[in-house]
Amino acid sequence: MNNRIVYMDYNATTPLHPLVKEFMVRELDTYANASSMHELGRQARSAIEDARAKVGMLIGEDSATNTLIFTSGGSESNNTVFATMFHIGRNNKRNKIITTAIEHPCVLNAAKWLEAEGFPVHFLSVDAYGKIDFNELESVLDDSTLLVSVMTANNEIGTIQDIARVVELAKAKGALVHTDATQAAGKIPVNVKALGVDYATLSCHKIYGPKGIGALYIKKGSPIEPLIRGGHQEYGYRAGTYNNLGILGFGEAARLAKENLQTYQSKMSALRNKLRDGIEQKVPLIHINGHRTDVLPNTLNVSFPGAEGESILLYLDLAGIEVSTGSACASGSLDPSHVLLATGLGPELAHGSIRFSLGMYNTEDDVDYVLNELPPIIERLRSMSTVKAEDIAQTLQGVK
Amino acid sequence: METNSSWIYTDKVKEHFLNPKNVLKDGEDFQADGEGITGNVKCGDEMLFLLKIKDDIIQDVRWKTYGCASAIASTSALSELIKGMHIRDAYQIKPDDVVKALGGLPENKIHCSVLGDKALRVAIDNYLEKTGRKGLYKDLGARIICTCLNITDHDIEEAVKQGAHDWEKLQEHTKIGTVCGKCRKEAEELLHTYVHIFGES
Repeated sequence: MNNRIVYMDYNATTPLHPLVKEFMVRELDTYANASSMHELGRQARSAIEDARAKVGMLIGEDSATNTLIFTSGGSESNNTVFATMFHIGRNNKRNKIITTAIEHPCVLNAAKWLEAEGFPVHFLSVDAYGKIDFNELESVLDDSTLLVSVMTANNEIGTIQDIARVVELAKAKGALVHTDATQAAGKIPVNVKALGVDYATLSCHKIYGPKGIGALYIKKGSPIEPLIRGGHQEYGYRAGTYNNLGILGFGEAARLAKENLQTYQSKMSALRNKLRDGIEQKVPLIHINGHRTDVLPNTLNVSFPGAEGESILLYLDLAGIEVSTGSACASGSLDPSHVLLATGLGPELAHGSIRFSLGMYNTEDDVDYVLNELPPIIERLRSMSTVKAEDIAQTLQGVK
Repeated sequence: METNSSWIYTDKVKEHFLNPKNVLKDGEDFQADGEGITGNVKCGDEMLFLLKIKDDIIQDVRWKTYGCASAIASTSALSELIKGMHIRDAYQIKPDDVVKALGGLPENKIHCSVLGDKALRVAIDNYLEKTGRKGLYKDLGARIICTCLNITDHDIEEAVKQGAHDWEKLQEHTKIGTVCGKCRKEAEELLHTYVHIFGES
């Protein structure tokens, strides 16, 4: 055993970018309350407005004043949108909510909350690659549709949706559009202006910034109700004393993410493809989940039927390789990943799924290390398993 | 790997997970006197137990499992536990005995350790049937759940194996809870566990 750590769980969270860290250390003493009128307060406020502009720029909004509010993270941003729908829709004939079966739990559960409150809610299905079906969207969209919420890219399988098309169809019926861009921002270009969405959710800790800080983009003129009521911060849309350090760190992380986007994309897709091709070559009887091309450059989700995901994860962990799994055992429930099940994957494939999500600190050497360690782990678990190779082959026949 | 952060499981679980004992090797010729399989890959775990038995004493054991670390470790620990044991005693092992042998499991992982003793009982039943003593231990170690009608956890288990996968079907099979109904909560919990274990396929 050695002490090598290969972190490949960047979709779960990222370490701080060294320059973000440096920036934050410099800003540690920016302590003043940015709502204060005095000099120190005005300085803090000005730094926060700089950060707002930088975050806006990452998603193509060049004048973020009034359109971008800081929140505690992706979950709060998403919940703010759904709480807004509650206020608008509860005494209104236009109250239908359309979202997808593969959203992050904070969107799914917020949508289920509205459903329990009597709102008609439709969860769009996805195909085998995780793409929504636009015929289905068209068939459920009508004049009573209040909101369409579709994630830009999925956290588990990385599949990227055509949000421009979602907006086009939704706008034809006068519906509002929200996209959870938590996993997409900083990994692929996201331009809220060009897309024409009403709301977009961002989270800072996915782009090498600190945790506990996120943002919600609100198109000028689109309705918004505060989730947290109190003071007048954030144009009255989100009360609470400014999180100076988090916001400033977010600004710097966003600036770097935008600046490095092209380099990031080409580096990530090269490493990811090397990993994918290597696994395909070295491990027999596997299934690659997600879309082959419309996929985040850093994400690879693979099912290893015959081996159970938590066992794979823990054997990899003992080799210093940090990943995540869609198996039920790791989720604490009896059901495996809702995303993989939604793509039509059988539970026996979903239980054996592993997500590799790469990031800026990964190297070719890391990928080689994984390609060395992984095959014997799968072989070992399969040899211990009650599932026979011919059953695996048959299961795979069913999905390919 | 040397780190200070504690593993999510005990050292014993880790040891059994890393070096599982008595796993049936590929191509190994193990002449079993009794064998049993339970669980379902669709539910995330499946287990096979093979026993070599002489004069009703378990001489040797092999197993295979599709499952998580808890499932692998608990099967491995159970396989060590039963060597040299009389089948009547082995028949009465409870999941809790295995958890204790492992030095505990995280709360949300207990349900991953409940397959082993079931597979073991199926294997012993298989041996008993082969030796012309079918159902000999049927009521051994059984716990009465429905006191009005004397219905045990084993009866519920048996009903689930025969396809009673919901409360109505379980009542059709066993008449459980049709008198005072006080046992319903406990019986439904067992039903849920057994449906998970014995699957629906």
